[in-house]
Amino acid sequence: MSEQPIDRYRRRLLGGAVAAGTVALAPGVFLHRLAEAKPADEPVTSRVRWGLLVDATRCADCSVCVDACREEHGWDGHGRPRTDAQWIRKLDVRDRSTGRHVSLPMMCQHCAEPPCVDVCPTGASFRRADGIVLVDKHICIGCRYCMMACPYKARSFVHESLSDQKPWSPRGKGTVESCTLCVHRVDTGREPACVEACGRDGNGALTFGDLNDPNSAIHRAVATYPTTRVRDDLGLGVGVRYRGL
Amino acid sequence: MRARLAVLMLLLAAGPAAADEAATRVPLPTVEPGSAEQCVAPVAVMRRDHMEMLLHQRDETVHRGIRTPRQSLRNCLNCHAYDAAGQPVSIDDPRHFCVSCHRYAAVEPDCFGCHSGEPEPGVPGVTGSPAPTATGVATVTQGTEARR
Repeated sequence: MSEQPIDRYRRRLLGGAVAAGTVALAPGVFLHRLAEAKPADEPVTSRVRWGLLVDATRCADCSVCVDACREEHGWDGHGRPRTDAQWIRKLDVRDRSTGRHVSLPMMCQHCAEPPCVDVCPTGASFRRADGIVLVDKHICIGCRYCMMACPYKARSFVHESLSDQKPWSPRGKGTVESCTLCVHRVDTGREPACVEACGRDGNGALTFGDLNDPNSAIHRAVATYPTTRVRDDLGLGVGVRYRGL
Repeated sequence: MRARLAVLMLLLAAGPAAADEAATRVPLPTVEPGSAEQCVAPVAVMRRDHMEMLLHQRDETVHRGIRTPRQSLRNCLNCHAYDAAGQPVSIDDPRHFCVSCHRYAAVEPDCFGCHSGEPEPGVPGVTGSPAPTATGVATVTQGTEARR
């Protein structure tokens, strides 16, 4: 009985994906949209694996993605960089021997085997069925083991009382937080704020989509170009890939 | 003494407002009925079980991505976090419907350490229509009905 709505969802999802896949402007350049949003009353499934592709060859020295994330989730700091929350940051990487310079955003890599989940003593760190790694702040005790375990330094601890949080992004003192891949947007069929802003005001260096969907823009790009998973040696199966590192 | 008592009785009988003032040291809570036609459940159920609805919905939303608005905290706020003049009420304001009632009951909710306590501008509350499917939300209602 419960299969029926899921099957209906899958049919719609596949239909939407095929439609999205047909709009190709040039090799590697796609006008893509997300598959139709899942119905609000249905749970997420592992048939979808959300991922993000960062094209470092297009990423420039701007901070549009960081600003968009800060605006979307309201993690504007107190001017104390050592302790302020930081969900996404820009890194400048330079090859000392050649002088080649690359700028790229770094955030939660949404691992398939997340170390933060392994070490969490309360089960607050968890991985959703569709691959998004989150903190359930209702049960986070603020021990910060996950911050120590994360190889990407992706997580932050909220040190101070907050007010005026965004209705869609609850944040509070004494809990750990990180990139949610804009789960509130993704669940309603929208792209993460950083991806939207990079496409609008930046250089279009970010591609978001379902890695499991062979017709999605991100799947095609990953299948076409060589991409890198940061610290792939750790075998974490991250959902964020970089091109041109 | 008897005369004073008689006056008090008269005052109490005079009208509900006067009776409330005289009988309670703590002001009664104020909950604006909201813009929707009816609440998501009868008043008695909401008074007793709203926290269980929110607890259930919170796990469904955070872990399983089920975002039905009906029994979500945001839906409560989008309907009730207004004053009689239709202006949004801050969580720091004692007239806020959560604050007002929890102060009266001497219970401190910890929702608003993280969640915004204000309504989303322009987003109306969802009326008390039946749950769309038999997922989560309806289960709570059934559970509470059975227990009673």
